[in-house]
Amino acid sequence: MSYETVIGLEVHAQLLTNSKIFCGCSVAFGGDPNSRVCPVCLGLPGVLPVLNKRAVEYTIRMALAVNGTVAESSAFARKNYFYPDLPKGYQISQYDRAGEPISMGGNVDIEVENGFRSVRLNRIHLEEEAGKSIHNEPGYDPNLSYIDYNRTGVPLMEIVSEPDIRTPAEASAYLSHLRQILQYVEVCDGNMEEGSLRCDANVSIRKPGDPLGQLVEIKNMNSMRSMERALEFEIQRQIEILDSGQVVTRQTRLWNDDERETFPMRSKEEASDYRYFPDPDLVKVEISREWVDAIREKLPELPSVRTQRFINDYRLPQEIAQQLTSNKKQADYFEMCNRHVEDDARNVCHWMLSELLRVQNENRIDQEVLENRIPPQSLAQLLVNIKKGVISGKMGKEILDLMGESGKSCDEIIKEQNLSQISDTNELEEIVKGIINKYPEDVIDYKAGKTKLLGFFMGQVMRLTQGKANPKMVNELLRKKLEEE
Amino acid sequence: MESYSEIKAHELAGQIKSGEITAEEVAKNMLDRIEEKNSTINAYITVQPELVIEEARAVDKKINNGLPTGELAGVPVAIKDAICTKNLETTCGSKILEGFIPPYDASVITRLREADAVILGKTNMDQFGMGSSNENSAFDICRNPLDITRVTGGSSGGSAAALSSKMAMLALGEDTGGSIRQPASFCGIVGLKPTYGRVSRYGVIAYGSSLDQVGPMAGNVEDCAHLLSVIAGHDPLDTTSSLKKVSDYQLSLRRGIKGVRIGVPEEYLTTGLDVVVKDSIVRGIERLETLGADITSVRLPHTEYAIATYYILVTAEASSNLARYDGVKYGARGKDYSNPKNENMLRIASKEEKLGYDRLNDMYKLTRSEGFGTEVKRRIMLGTYVLSAGYYEAYYDKAQRVRTLIKEDFDKAFEQVDLLVAPTTPTPAFEIGEKTDDPLKMYLSDVYTVPINLAGLPAISIPSGLSPEGMPIGLQIIGPHFGEELILQTAYAFEEATQI
Repeated sequence: MSYETVIGLEVHAQLLTNSKIFCGCSVAFGGDPNSRVCPVCLGLPGVLPVLNKRAVEYTIRMALAVNGTVAESSAFARKNYFYPDLPKGYQISQYDRAGEPISMGGNVDIEVENGFRSVRLNRIHLEEEAGKSIHNEPGYDPNLSYIDYNRTGVPLMEIVSEPDIRTPAEASAYLSHLRQILQYVEVCDGNMEEGSLRCDANVSIRKPGDPLGQLVEIKNMNSMRSMERALEFEIQRQIEILDSGQVVTRQTRLWNDDERETFPMRSKEEASDYRYFPDPDLVKVEISREWVDAIREKLPELPSVRTQRFINDYRLPQEIAQQLTSNKKQADYFEMCNRHVEDDARNVCHWMLSELLRVQNENRIDQEVLENRIPPQSLAQLLVNIKKGVISGKMGKEILDLMGESGKSCDEIIKEQNLSQISDTNELEEIVKGIINKYPEDVIDYKAGKTKLLGFFMGQVMRLTQGKANPKMVNELLRKKLEEE
Repeated sequence: MESYSEIKAHELAGQIKSGEITAEEVAKNMLDRIEEKNSTINAYITVQPELVIEEARAVDKKINNGLPTGELAGVPVAIKDAICTKNLETTCGSKILEGFIPPYDASVITRLREADAVILGKTNMDQFGMGSSNENSAFDICRNPLDITRVTGGSSGGSAAALSSKMAMLALGEDTGGSIRQPASFCGIVGLKPTYGRVSRYGVIAYGSSLDQVGPMAGNVEDCAHLLSVIAGHDPLDTTSSLKKVSDYQLSLRRGIKGVRIGVPEEYLTTGLDVVVKDSIVRGIERLETLGADITSVRLPHTEYAIATYYILVTAEASSNLARYDGVKYGARGKDYSNPKNENMLRIASKEEKLGYDRLNDMYKLTRSEGFGTEVKRRIMLGTYVLSAGYYEAYYDKAQRVRTLIKEDFDKAFEQVDLLVAPTTPTPAFEIGEKTDDPLKMYLSDVYTVPINLAGLPAISIPSGLSPEGMPIGLQIIGPHFGEELILQTAYAFEEATQI
């Protein structure tokens, strides 16, 4: 009894505009409740919406990045329902009754077991965000509910896929790639924890060849992992229903990550009739081909293109290139760092992907703080110092730790702590001679065949010089001197 | 008590600017008249005398200090209570907004303030603009000053009554299906509905968003033109407002109408029209001909569908526009009788708690049942129905298509003529209570005004004569889009030639 899973995803992305979609209020995250509001986003009597052109621009940008078509003229519709976080009693969105959405079609490629597959997009449209409800939270009266309208009116881009996704892993891959594109074209920061990126799924199962099964909408999946868990659970739940000869009910279910199960939100027999109609307060948005072309010209490099370029230009293996380009900031960091270090891409990669990551974890800081403390030029400086022999690689790692803690540059730390590597041949010769003279028995043992003792002598030199001796040179000098004896 | 009814607004402003009289004196006179007459007529819902005097004094102070003042300096204006005024209660004629004090001014109010007008108060109206008699106000009926047993008309009944009884010199009304023109006709004053988009709707409590327009009301055509020039023009806060340049309406007033081609729609002089009204209109048309206009007959074949089309579209838009009055954010909130301790606080539990959801619904139901009047509820239900699944195509969508046909009727007519002339209402002002038992009868009285809103055209109602009972009859002059200049010019000529 093998079933085919059919999944479609609806992603809501908050746009990185400065102001809200229909008024001039700031969209900055946080702030005192109801401090970033005005009569328009509060839905006071008599107010009217004015469309934020930047929000349209960002939507067009995204449409171009996923190969969607861009409408020549697009209108808004009202989606009518009652809930306290929706001040007007309707959401301004886009719907067929008002004509075409800003974009239709397009696709996002995902990597599957044996190559790539294309997930088609149905549409991308613009709408406004609702406010935030607060129930039963610490610091609030448990007998009351509170509404914060700061978020009301934040521009939302809704991206709807066709039901082309077949497994929870594919869903993750899709969401991940989509998020990457959103970040690359700089229209959304893709932060699921903060809620700037949300995802709902439509899940159904069928026997291969059969028409589509009854779909169930799954909401409240707050991270990629919890989405995978939710989808796995739901697929299994539907399989069990069909196996027992029953029928899947069309409904909306919420994922509870603590209980690890989906449960019904409200039966769909109350399925809301949103009574969509074209919003008479907004005129149609006219999108000229010139405007689209201008946006296309300024489109940032897309992730898949950038990955390929890293492979070609920096001669990096595919996995490394993908890892570096997995987020735009990291890819930018890599390229900036490279600019200051000649011809050493692999080394930069290594330091970024192992040492820098280690420092980040040890200091328990996020990427932004790490980059503030160790900007790409700073890492570059460190690597050049190692290359020139000013410090050893080992010393470099320690210095990196200090840079991560303090935010100081490599040169500053070297100066302060006098960590310059000793690379002067004469100075080192003297030190090596001294060590050899100090341990005559070990010298005899070494020459008798215990070549491992070289490590011992190295260690002694390093201890004496507090790690500053140039290890390569010390190694050579030791060998030479030991041979001589 | 001086009523300033013998002079025009610009003359009054001139006298105030020159110091012949003070704005404060004018304001005091108006407030005295309001005190004397309003308890009978009930034209005003809200008057705050201290604020009025304060505003008037501010104008006088500017003048005394030699500072420039706007063109309506010190002129007393009444504002329909559908228009938001900062710090002055705005109820829209309904209990659901009782006590609501807007934190901002509508754009038209900002322009009035910039012109240094003095706002006397907020006038009575049918709730949310829904009505043709002002009998649907939550704040008692407004009575016709010419016969207090009769209605003022609606929904801008208060503004019309205030002008008619000289409790204001100018007034703002708002017209969605005839709400300026019809009360103007019933009360014997002048009222103009501008082209859709000529005047900003920002801050005007929405009823039918694709139909609403704020317009000037006054005792004479020249004042009406003057007020229009102050409030008209593009507003960046209203994207449906037109970028078209505002004409100088006062400049062309006295040009006369020689050679102006005026059409009379055949369908408008048919049965249902009171014989007294028909007589007056016919004589009015003759008068226009004497003044030099060329009169022809035109056809508007889709007229018979206008009322049905209107009442589908306007109620649909209203059902959505009035959804925000839910007791959550402002205005009245239904009392939670199940929890007498928390009189105004109701715990709205989360969506997931079924119990909580029911209680949220209870609050919505209580708020809206108690807060909205009967006619408002009727129209919300009608509007919800025509937008609902399974009915959208048959009603809303269909009505939009018919609307286009109605508009095309006018477009074709305006290829042959420059203006149209028609009655404003089928009858003079009827008695209070006469039509309240049959909403449909009431709706049918809008037959000559709603097609104009559907087509977005400008139109004026001016006094044309009196019925045998002494009640005013209004003549309607309709123009093409942005044809306010020619309408006012024609109305002015007509007014000069008419002795009532």
